[in-house]
Amino acid sequence: MRTPFFENHVKLGAKIVDFHGWNMPLQYSGILDEQKAVRSNVGLFDISHMGRFRITGETSEDCIQNLITNDISEITENQAIYSPMCNEKGGIIDDVIVSKISQDEFLIVVNSSNIKKDFEWIQRHLDGNKLKDETQKVALLALQGPKAQAIIEKQTSEITKLKPFHFMKAKLYGQDCVISRTGYTGEDGFEIFFDSSNSILWEKLLSDGQIFGIKPAGLGARDVLRLEAGMMLYGNDIDEGVTPLEAPLKWTVKFEKNFIGKNALEKNNPQKRLVGFEIVGSKRVARLNDQIIYEGKNVGRVTSGTFSPTLAKSIGFCYVPPYMQFGQDIQILIGGKNYDAKLRSTRFYKK
Amino acid sequence: MTEKRFTQDHEWVELSGDIATIGISNFAQDQLGDIVSIEFPEINSKFKQKDAMAIVDSVKASSDIYCPMDGTIIEVNENLEEHPELINKSPYDQGWMLKLKVSNISQFENLMTQQRYEKFVGEAKG
Repeated sequence: MRTPFFENHVKLGAKIVDFHGWNMPLQYSGILDEQKAVRSNVGLFDISHMGRFRITGETSEDCIQNLITNDISEITENQAIYSPMCNEKGGIIDDVIVSKISQDEFLIVVNSSNIKKDFEWIQRHLDGNKLKDETQKVALLALQGPKAQAIIEKQTSEITKLKPFHFMKAKLYGQDCVISRTGYTGEDGFEIFFDSSNSILWEKLLSDGQIFGIKPAGLGARDVLRLEAGMMLYGNDIDEGVTPLEAPLKWTVKFEKNFIGKNALEKNNPQKRLVGFEIVGSKRVARLNDQIIYEGKNVGRVTSGTFSPTLAKSIGFCYVPPYMQFGQDIQILIGGKNYDAKLRSTRFYKK
Repeated sequence: MTEKRFTQDHEWVELSGDIATIGISNFAQDQLGDIVSIEFPEINSKFKQKDAMAIVDSVKASSDIYCPMDGTIIEVNENLEEHPELINKSPYDQGWMLKLKVSNISQFENLMTQQRYEKFVGEAKG
């Protein structure tokens, strides 16, 4: 599948890769160059491959409350919330962002790898409400970085009042959009939803962003940025074999309300724990499923690894036994050789 | 200019007497993307042709560097430990990786010429 901006990516010389059935840009000028643009100026990402579902109906809020572990009643209209969606065993089906449009209308953004699975799961728990897959109908761009607001501000001065995890309707270059102050980079920034039949926004944002040092950024930079910011990647760091209590997502589980998987999570005795690591004395990069070695034994595995330009270190996430604490010295087996590493918080980068 | 020969694993070799200078091709660095580290073998270690002798990590992938000819490592480009990006920026010059004292010079003749290598990777630039 192609997003409405596929031709734009090709024209910019992007390296295109298959990502869960979508032809997506991996990189344009280079992963490190794009990562730097987002941390110091601003980057533009095409994230139209992410799934978008609309749930409407009188009891749609109850339906969502049942589906997610976080508490939807904590937000009001024009706000969004991050949450895992669990199965009865407490395993994570997906991690999603739910936007409350009104009392009886919600938009859920899901991972592109899970669109079919999530749609079927939600449909089974609709309880008379309506579910629509709008992935193809709605385009989605992310404008991320400290200069992101300056670009949007030229179109709508109201943007300066928009708080994190809030969204608003606005016109950008004459185009009706919904802009939310959310992202997957650890920087200030926006995610912009609009009708996918109109794709001028990509070019307009890039040309208006020139004076702020904007760069188009691909999936490669997005992965480095989210890892530095301690954000989970579904399929690598979390999946149905993991509970939110084993991942660092305990803060999203609200036991004072009801949700699918609550009983299992109340009894959950975590067998493993996802933490961050940094490699000490080498810049070799650990990759998915590299073993964590402690006192000569294999005690866990790497779920994500990369080189962090911000820290100038090789970093990543791994599962280790729950008794292991931050600061613990371990080793990681990379390509048949052990490398010294230290466990630490997943939040490598804080703005 | 000294003649470069290439392997199917995308290393290049320049020979001066029995000393081979080794790096990776422009095509290889472009495929790997931003290189962030290189791990060298010990000086004086011996390798056979096609033995893995060094490892480069880019942001997205790890890749072995294979020895293009039989020989002994006599020098590594230590500058790359601080500046691995030189492999991307200057693969044929400042991004050279290792020097090898070769034990079988005739192996050079069996490596691909630049022209053949370019045909092999199917791109105009070497």
